[in-house]
Amino acid sequence: MSFWEYVGTRHAQLLTDTYQHASVVFQCMVLATVLGVLIGVVTYGSEWAGGLATTSTATVLTIPSLALIGLLIPVVGLGVPPTVIALTLYGLLPVVRNAIVGLRGVDPALVDAAKGIGMSRTARLVRVELPLAWPPILTGIRVATQMLMGIAAIAAFASGPGLGNEIFRGIASLGSANSLNQVLAGTVGIVILALLFDAAYVLIGRLTISRGIRA
Amino acid sequence: MTATSGARIHLENLTKIYPGSTGPAVDNVNLEVRAGETVIFVGPSGCGKSTTLKMINRLIEPTSGRIRIGDEDVTDMDPVRLRRKIGYAIQASGLFPHMTVAQNIALVPKMIGWSRARVGSRVEEMLDLVGLDPGEFHGRYPRQLSGGQQQRVGVARALAADPPVLLMDEPFGAVDPITRDHLQDELIRLQHELHKTICFVTHDFDEAIKLGDRIAVLRERSHIAQFDTPEAILTNPTDDFVSGFVGAGAALKRLNLTRVRDVGVVDFPTAGVDDPLQDIFDTLRSGATNELLLLDRNRRPYKWLRRGDLSRAKGSLARAGTLVTDTVTRDATLRDALEAVLTDNAGRVAVTGRRGEYTGVVDVETLMNNVHELLEADRLEALAHQHDLQEQRERETRLAQEGLDTGEGGPGGRA
Repeated sequence: MSFWEYVGTRHAQLLTDTYQHASVVFQCMVLATVLGVLIGVVTYGSEWAGGLATTSTATVLTIPSLALIGLLIPVVGLGVPPTVIALTLYGLLPVVRNAIVGLRGVDPALVDAAKGIGMSRTARLVRVELPLAWPPILTGIRVATQMLMGIAAIAAFASGPGLGNEIFRGIASLGSANSLNQVLAGTVGIVILALLFDAAYVLIGRLTISRGIRA
Repeated sequence: MTATSGARIHLENLTKIYPGSTGPAVDNVNLEVRAGETVIFVGPSGCGKSTTLKMINRLIEPTSGRIRIGDEDVTDMDPVRLRRKIGYAIQASGLFPHMTVAQNIALVPKMIGWSRARVGSRVEEMLDLVGLDPGEFHGRYPRQLSGGQQQRVGVARALAADPPVLLMDEPFGAVDPITRDHLQDELIRLQHELHKTICFVTHDFDEAIKLGDRIAVLRERSHIAQFDTPEAILTNPTDDFVSGFVGAGAALKRLNLTRVRDVGVVDFPTAGVDDPLQDIFDTLRSGATNELLLLDRNRRPYKWLRRGDLSRAKGSLARAGTLVTDTVTRDATLRDALEAVLTDNAGRVAVTGRRGEYTGVVDVETLMNNVHELLEADRLEALAHQHDLQEQRERETRLAQEGLDTGEGGPGGRA
């Protein structure tokens, strides 16, 4: 059976896997963004806390994904929970790091001006600092998403959702007629998804970054 | 809309000590700014003028002392609420680059809860006030504006919620001299209309003289060396520090204080109207210049005669030469003389005595030489002052150190 014939006959399963893959990456990315920006906002003001946040999220990234998921299985069981936890943790680093760098990079004179015209701490953060730090944060989110696309495939190891299932099935039945096609279909699916997400980020950038600071 | 005019600002014993530093950054400042007055804080870098300004809207919290605005003690007021009632304009405009001009101006009115319609019309009004066409600039982003335009928008934003008090921290420091001059003129015009109470920080004494109703010359730790009108500071600086700081202005002042009679006037070939034509010819030919001054029967300057004028005169002086339009007396100030010389198209002016009789001529060259001499003298004098001041400071430091040893401490030697 050729690759295209394989895709033709199994397209229903492949579409479900693709959708689940995209869905889990998207949801974990939303979670990682919210957490990451929050951690950035809380820690950027202090040299010490900012350093700690960057270092600890970087440490998480050095744990091999297979090992992390394996370690999570006895704690939270199989399926979706270990997948979401692992992906969110991996997605944190680029977001946290870029949030801290972005927030620290805001011109102090502008923060001074914001204070001077009577903006409260919250208003300053929401209306001045975060919008100005948004371009680097978005870059962080984009990098994190690319990374999660690949890591999400490992989640199949813990019976998680997504295209990883195709790849693992193929590897498990190496030598059988469809094993190569299965691995190929899973991989190509992930690459296509990654490209689509990237395109979406370009669009999001155009829509959310003010024209006044766009490069 | 009728504008809110200024409120009185009263600083009482205002002191700022930064944690970990030995001495106060601002030491016991007492200052009263009258309602509707423009007061300039001027002083060398690091003298604490900016810190003093920022304590008025409590961007820097005073260590001790009181701040009163109008009749209200604002020292313990919620700083966010306080700042919304005080306009604040800073160097390089401080506009938020991700917001349009209109959004920047609308910030404070929105924060204090104005209606959408009122904010909208206020933005147009403010743009108009600072001389920018609302239709054209409304939707622009700060980076699409020139430095001067940004600064205007910065002032518009500071004034948008119609605060009685406006604080300006070297607002024109980052623009080119020509634009700065325009912006200063604009501010004078605005203040003429609005009568806000303005506190303005600069290190440029000329700017201080131009803008200030009164000037506070500050020395280190924000000690007030002199707080007076520009005229008083120019003509009667209280001490060496102030006169040193007046600097180049002192030379200009010297032009006002020096009279024409104090500087050498040059001799110029002259002739009387009744002199024979041949004598006049001879004088012109033998003279170093190709021009002479024709005097009337009372020896008053009458006409400037050039060699060419004479050859066309054909025997009569009636229509030859150029009438003398402007003369200066020997008691005129050098400034007036300079003015006359600059407006004369040949660059010289006749000097007359008490009854209008000719005594000599000043020209650009004489004036220039004299001004140079004055400047040089002033420069040397300033250097000497600086030197004395330095020595005095060293002595004070020594005294203070010795004072610490004997347990006296305190601000020793400050007179």
